[in-house]
Amino acid sequence: MTSRPFLPAALAASATVAALLAAGLLMPRWLLFLGTIAASYGIVTLGIVLLMRSGVVSFGQGLVYAAGGYVAGLAYNRLGVTDAVLLILVGGTAAALAGAVVGPLLARYRGIFFSMLTLALSMVLYGALVKSPAIGGSDGFNVGRPTMLGWTPPDAYADYAIYALAMVVTGIVAFLATVYFRSARGLVSLAIRDNDLRVEYLGASVQAAIAVNFTLAAALGGIGGALTVMALGHIDPNFAYWTTSGEFVFVAILSGHHGVVAVFIASVLLELVRSFSSLYFPHMWQFSLGLFLLLVILFLPRGIGSLWSKRAATAGRSRAPAVRSTRGEAVP
Amino acid sequence: MDLALTILLDGLIYASWLFIVALGLTLVFGVLKILNIAHGSLYAIGAYAAASFVAFFASLGLAPEWSLVAMLLAAVAVAVVVGPLLERGLLRLFYGRDEVLLVLVTYALFLILEDVTKLIWGVNPYYVSEPYTLFGDVEFGSLFYVGYDLMMIVLAVVCGLGVWFGLNRTVTGKIVLAVIHNEEVSASMGVNVNRVYVAAFTVGVFLAALGGAFTAPMISVQPGLSVGVIILSFAVVIIGGLGSIEGAAIGAVVVGLARAAAVHLMPDAELFSIYIVMAAVLIFRPEGLFQRVSARKI
Repeated sequence: MTSRPFLPAALAASATVAALLAAGLLMPRWLLFLGTIAASYGIVTLGIVLLMRSGVVSFGQGLVYAAGGYVAGLAYNRLGVTDAVLLILVGGTAAALAGAVVGPLLARYRGIFFSMLTLALSMVLYGALVKSPAIGGSDGFNVGRPTMLGWTPPDAYADYAIYALAMVVTGIVAFLATVYFRSARGLVSLAIRDNDLRVEYLGASVQAAIAVNFTLAAALGGIGGALTVMALGHIDPNFAYWTTSGEFVFVAILSGHHGVVAVFIASVLLELVRSFSSLYFPHMWQFSLGLFLLLVILFLPRGIGSLWSKRAATAGRSRAPAVRSTRGEAVP
Repeated sequence: MDLALTILLDGLIYASWLFIVALGLTLVFGVLKILNIAHGSLYAIGAYAAASFVAFFASLGLAPEWSLVAMLLAAVAVAVVVGPLLERGLLRLFYGRDEVLLVLVTYALFLILEDVTKLIWGVNPYYVSEPYTLFGDVEFGSLFYVGYDLMMIVLAVVCGLGVWFGLNRTVTGKIVLAVIHNEEVSASMGVNVNRVYVAAFTVGVFLAALGGAFTAPMISVQPGLSVGVIILSFAVVIIGGLGSIEGAAIGAVVVGLARAAAVHLMPDAELFSIYIVMAAVLIFRPEGLFQRVSARKI
């Protein structure tokens, strides 16, 4: 396959990023910050969606999110790496390495066991971080403002600079994910979701595919973690806590696994719901979030991506109603 | 020697409340195929309800022994009110969905119940100290243990045996087992599957609330209670193999002992000793210790 088929996607991604960069100039600071955080969350969630396409859901993406964030933060504080682009690469690489180590182990599991084992691993990291006074223990540590390719943004543009970086990274990541989703490996992943045993019989290695997907998802988690740390200027062990991972899964369910754009829309939606419910119902924001999630699962079980993805909608209809085997697995 | 005995007893005491909670979790998973994250919230609600009931009984001027009855009644009340409400009002709408999606449903429920609990009981801690001294102290060689803590072990054994006998030695229990095995065939044989679901979920809520209610005297009841317990009971049921009572018992003892050993030998490792045990078990037994082998459909 030549790269021609991806030309429209590349153009669309560039145009969207350009539009968002222009829009950013007009945005108030709170919206810039919200956009940056939503983009970071979206990138991490893209990793979960990538895994969801092969039929497993990681409930411990906080593991790689925190790994990327901590390594980027430590690189800034201890090694004097202040360049934002470098920090993102460092965070992404560190998380990918962590993913490559645990990925092959996790690839043996499916369903709830995969989810719970990832959750356990992220809680191991959480426990280790809380008990490490050298890197701030449960308080974490602050990270200063990064430079951009040798340029130090003046105070007035600092928020915009990190926003712009987040948008560009999001554009690149979204494009690469689209390419991957349509590649042979990406399509095999979808087949694994439908029936992993059948894929195995056809000669593809399910474990290898899931291990590779987990490593890629980890890299995305690390990039998102590094971005978040730079936007917040702070990191603490809560990055690895299971409720953080729960929010990523939340966004993934909200978006569905059909496309890339839905992930970022869902991520912005979560941030909006979170910001506005903590503004208007400060004591009930978890309530609102939970209610919102329930309504989405009830009325849009295949995510907001299914609203415009025709293929997804028809595929959903042909497979429903899901029949459960005696052990609760969906039987195709 | 004393250290070994301390680890053993501390571990068993810790394991017993964990087992009561995990028993409910594993029962609900066995019957409804839902890994219920909100189970931790139900535990917390049980603890809060116990605090309210004990205070109410004390205000009536009843003897301290009555606080045990108050805690039991609190658990029953939570189960009777919350169980059917959640199962019929909410979970019923999601049966048959993907199991991970169901985890998310209960995660949403967990978020909702967190705020509801804060709304009802506020954010200040409650202390239920009256029942804690009821059983006096017990001497083990050179060690002294609070009788109440040891009573928890008895309660855990009673709960475990109760559920086991209920399932395996009564007609109702056998109907439940039939539903677990194959709900469609059970329904076609005339079993009211819906009623089994409500009953099983209510018993699950009761066990969660009971764990919370009887733990209340040992701790301060405050927000954040639910998060800690849910992750621990997940570890227990995953180690034991989902849906297995024997598994939950062994899992609870393993987790309890691992934690007690960590507390006494390596205090810094307390938090993650449990997850390391869980990861280690899953590496060698990917589906837990007691998961039955089953054929997979192609």
